Amino acid sequence: MMLAATAITLLVVMAMAIARAIAGPTVFDRVLAVNLFGTKTVLLIAVLGFLFGRPEFLDIALVYALMNFISVIALLRYFEHVEKLEQGGSSQ
Amino acid sequence: MSDVIPFISTALLCFGCFFIFTGALGVLRFPDTLSRMHAAGVTETLATTALLVGLMLLAGWSLVLLKLCMILLFLLFTSPTASYALAKATWRHQQKSEK
Repeated sequence: MMLAATAITLLVVMAMAIARAIAGPTVFDRVLAVNLFGTKTVLLIAVLGFLFGRPEFLDIALVYALMNFISVIALLRYFEHVEKLEQGGSSQ
Repeated sequence: MSDVIPFISTALLCFGCFFIFTGALGVLRFPDTLSRMHAAGVTETLATTALLVGLMLLAGWSLVLLKLCMILLFLLFTSPTASYALAKATWRHQQKSEK
């Protein structure tokens, strides 16, 4: 019972994160919302594994956590690099 | 003793749900990028820990417990790191745009 309530709460929270990612004024708001979405996806996969009685889902959750972290760090480095490139281009 | 553990697990799941919802509400409602980051970063580790410890109490002694421990450890390392990198990038962007 509580597992189903947890899964529904996580779905609501993911919908709120998607709303922030669509509405976010700056690109950093969008990255923050996508990071939140990824973390909640890991938790949702773990809870659904318990809910359906299939603990193999935890492997997928582990891989998803790794992918989420790497993608956020890569996106942030890309945006910093793009700003540096634009500055270099404008000064020349 | 066996009656106490499902009760603690349910309580921890309730706790984690409340804090996750509060953090998402803060991300949705706060006016500024850095304050949104604060709302997400403050609640994220606590709520994640509460939910995963609740699931661990449901799992019992098995391989599932080890996998949940690995997920919890990984999230506890990476979530503050990603939050810090995001705050640093936002701060640098704001400093540059003020000049």
